[in-house]
Amino acid sequence: MDGIFLQQMINGLTLGAVYGLIAIGYTMVYGIIGMINFAHGEVYMISAYLAAISLAVLAYFGLESFPLLILGTLLFTICITGVYGWVIERVAYKPLRNSTRLAPLISAIGMSLVLQNYVQISQGARQQGVPTLLEGAFKLNIGEGFVQLTYTKVFILIAAFVGMALLTYVIQYTKLGRMCRATQQDRKMASILGINTDRVISYVFVIGAAMAALAGVLITMNYGTFDFYAGFIIGIKAFTAAVLGGIGSLPGAMLGGLILGVAEAQFSGMVNTDYKDVFSFSLLVLILIFRPQGLLGRPHVAKV
Amino acid sequence: MSQMIFSKGFLALAVTAAMGLSSLAQADLVIGVAGPHTGANASFGEQYWRGASQAAEDINAAGGVNGEMIKLVKADDACEPKQAVAVANRLVDQDGAKGVVGHFCSSSTIPASEVYDEAGIIAITPGSTNPQVTERGQPGMFRMCGRDDQQGIVAGDYIVDTLKAAKVAIIHDKDTYGQGLADATKAELHKRGVTEVLYEGLTRGEKDFNALVTKIRAAGAEVVYFGGLHAEAGPLVRQMREQGLTATFLSGDGIVTDELVTTAGGPQYTKGVLMTFGADPRLIPDGKPVIDKFRANGFEPEGYTLYSYASLQTLAAAFAGAGANDPAKASAWLKANPVQTVLGKKEWDAKGDLKVSDYVVYAWDDKGKYHQQ
Repeated sequence: MDGIFLQQMINGLTLGAVYGLIAIGYTMVYGIIGMINFAHGEVYMISAYLAAISLAVLAYFGLESFPLLILGTLLFTICITGVYGWVIERVAYKPLRNSTRLAPLISAIGMSLVLQNYVQISQGARQQGVPTLLEGAFKLNIGEGFVQLTYTKVFILIAAFVGMALLTYVIQYTKLGRMCRATQQDRKMASILGINTDRVISYVFVIGAAMAALAGVLITMNYGTFDFYAGFIIGIKAFTAAVLGGIGSLPGAMLGGLILGVAEAQFSGMVNTDYKDVFSFSLLVLILIFRPQGLLGRPHVAKV
Repeated sequence: MSQMIFSKGFLALAVTAAMGLSSLAQADLVIGVAGPHTGANASFGEQYWRGASQAAEDINAAGGVNGEMIKLVKADDACEPKQAVAVANRLVDQDGAKGVVGHFCSSSTIPASEVYDEAGIIAITPGSTNPQVTERGQPGMFRMCGRDDQQGIVAGDYIVDTLKAAKVAIIHDKDTYGQGLADATKAELHKRGVTEVLYEGLTRGEKDFNALVTKIRAAGAEVVYFGGLHAEAGPLVRQMREQGLTATFLSGDGIVTDELVTTAGGPQYTKGVLMTFGADPRLIPDGKPVIDKFRANGFEPEGYTLYSYASLQTLAAAFAGAGANDPAKASAWLKANPVQTVLGKKEWDAKGDLKVSDYVVYAWDDKGKYHQQ
């Protein structure tokens, strides 16, 4: 294995881990109410702003140690972004729970425009940036070439996988997770059995937003720059990852993200950067032709 | 059918009424300032607006143009071609603009100029460098800056003569300006006998170029030439340094803003970045009093600010020279007469290009500022 291939693998995995984190929000909401939350990309964008605000405030109070800084930022960003997720559900979805399927779709697109413009007006249209938090990198010599891996990327990989593991634990082994799964399987039956399904749906939006917030902090650390339009491209990519892995499936979202990230990186490296998106979407089409439910999705069974 | 005729008639009535209103309000000479006032390139829009506002203030204080006061109208295209056409139509129809300072992105200037040409008004762009801007035979289209085929020659020669690099990677952003500039540089390199080791496009709006950086590294490039804007140049140069790629980074006039440092994550990444741009207007003695005025207001007239100032000066001079606020006469006058601007004395050829362009190379230092080499 040569250094270039390995470096592209690392590039792809860090990008893919972040796609996966955002894809979780799409897939969870779809799993539970059968809707695509088009405002989810904007939730990520808002979390990037919150992360920058929190970093600035903490630095102002003289906090300099990296672990404390990042812990404080994560806590702050996840909490506030969770509130955004909850409010989005309240405003754009709940009032339309029993209307036609298209209505909440349109209201989510509206929500996304509102959030974008709200950030543009309140924070300005300029590019924002944060200074580099973790400098330095590991350097591995492999044969002729070398692989360079910044500490930030290592942190991103670890944080993303810890986040995903934590979420898997919550969904599989806690009471909240059981409630979520029950609501996903049959909302009516779950509510007959005494589960407050409206509240579960709210929780799902909050969890999705929290994962997007984690991604927001990590991406802000890694690239250091964002603007009010940052949620658009990455939102579309994450949505693609969710569909690729099988929308509605949690491990599917993570796997879809990683596959998409690695596919993009390796294709740019070996063939051409201009057409990397063409390649990713062709891959999506191919997978959907042979597995319409996505890689790990369950086939849709028509209920009579 | 009759209903359709009726609605058309009503529309015509409404349009006439609107036109009547705008002509009533026209005791002023309306000039549009079109550029990306929002979006990723908003810092350039701000430079345009600051420059033009200061110029309007100074010209109006000196009595205006042919007895009329200049009134500026902000037109935001966000560097999107579709929006550029929409705001161009608004400037022409609704605001009754007779002249335009703008736009910024060549991909916006080109479609918008079609609207201005049809309406017969005069437009001068402080910053659009793609050759096509003035190559379409429009009588009212002018430039305050050079062209990419001139800029590319300077960049290509610099790579060969000063950097003495044999392995060059050319990256562009697949946009009219970025790819046009990259192609101009590529053509000059070919002429000088250097073939690029890599020629690829990235996507505007993305932030992760790690895969591309690894590829540049694998190609063994000593110089990376980038045709594009600072929003992508910043992350690109940062990711190059993070992956241990020390190749020289050279770009064009699309990164002339302090925001490059913000998008790169600090001056430690932009240190040593090179770019081509017109000779620093802040070093031209003609501009001294104007520059002092900007600084007194707490704004450093960087990048295109003085170009925008000079553009409005030129429009005012052309209208004054023509003796009437008539765009067609002003265009004809401008092609025959030189104008003394804040950038020095400028002359235009029959296409609307500057007769002399003065591209030089700048370098960014470790404090996040750029200096003429």
